[in-house]
Amino acid sequence: MASTIRVRAVASGDTTEVQSLIQHPMDSGFVKDSKGELIPAHYIEVVQFEHDGKIVFKALWGPAVSKDPYVKFSFKGGTKGDDLKVSWVDNKGTSDLLVAKIQ
Amino acid sequence: MGEVKMALSPDTPNSTRRTVLKGAVAGGLASLAFGGFPFPAFADADAKDWPQDAFKQKSEADALKTLYSKSAEPSDKVTLDAPEIAENGAVVPVAITSSLPNVSGIAILVLENPSTLAAAYKIPEGTKAAVASRLKMAKTSKVIAVVESEGKLYSATREVKVTVGGCGG
Repeated sequence: MASTIRVRAVASGDTTEVQSLIQHPMDSGFVKDSKGELIPAHYIEVVQFEHDGKIVFKALWGPAVSKDPYVKFSFKGGTKGDDLKVSWVDNKGTSDLLVAKIQ
Repeated sequence: MGEVKMALSPDTPNSTRRTVLKGAVAGGLASLAFGGFPFPAFADADAKDWPQDAFKQKSEADALKTLYSKSAEPSDKVTLDAPEIAENGAVVPVAITSSLPNVSGIAILVLENPSTLAAAYKIPEGTKAAVASRLKMAKTSKVIAVVESEGKLYSATREVKVTVGGCGG
């Protein structure tokens, strides 16, 4: 089974730029399905990025973040070949994690 | 290996187990490639970190008070990049950068959405005060970027016109 997380981290100079896409419906709880019934809210609450045993970025998301959420940030440090760990948990307690290599 | 397990297990046995199972299932091939489970140095993303009350607020003042216990003042050192007109309210690209020193947090508020707070980011030391992501907007609204720097809050505001709402309307 493929991971829900896609991440591209590129080290350049003294910083690493991270772009990440996560597959998730991010249902707001306000949208109706084809039968006219409300689709219950289902969204990622926390996404965490770790490098070298340290949290480098933490996203706290509400239902207003778009489907298949994208986020971009950069941090000081990180060299090619280092691990970058991405993990998320949603409002139903589902979670996923991925360890990617910095390029 | 034993040490890593010890460090993990005492306070969060359930989430550890979940992580391991998840790693085994979802990351099947990836785990093999890494020569075993990707054991975390410490706990993964934890729903306990999620500021539930802040996401329930319906106004800028209440959301900021709940999240940061203070209010924000406008600053030209906060840059909010968002389209003037968003054709599709389901996907509105929003980027925030700031030249303020020691930024520790960034929040994005959409005043006309059912919940004002859209997203909040924790910026540890060493991470740049720059975040880009995509938001849903119910209708035309003021979007406010809030940056926490040295214990104070600074903001930048932009109006984004939405042609087709992104909250099922």
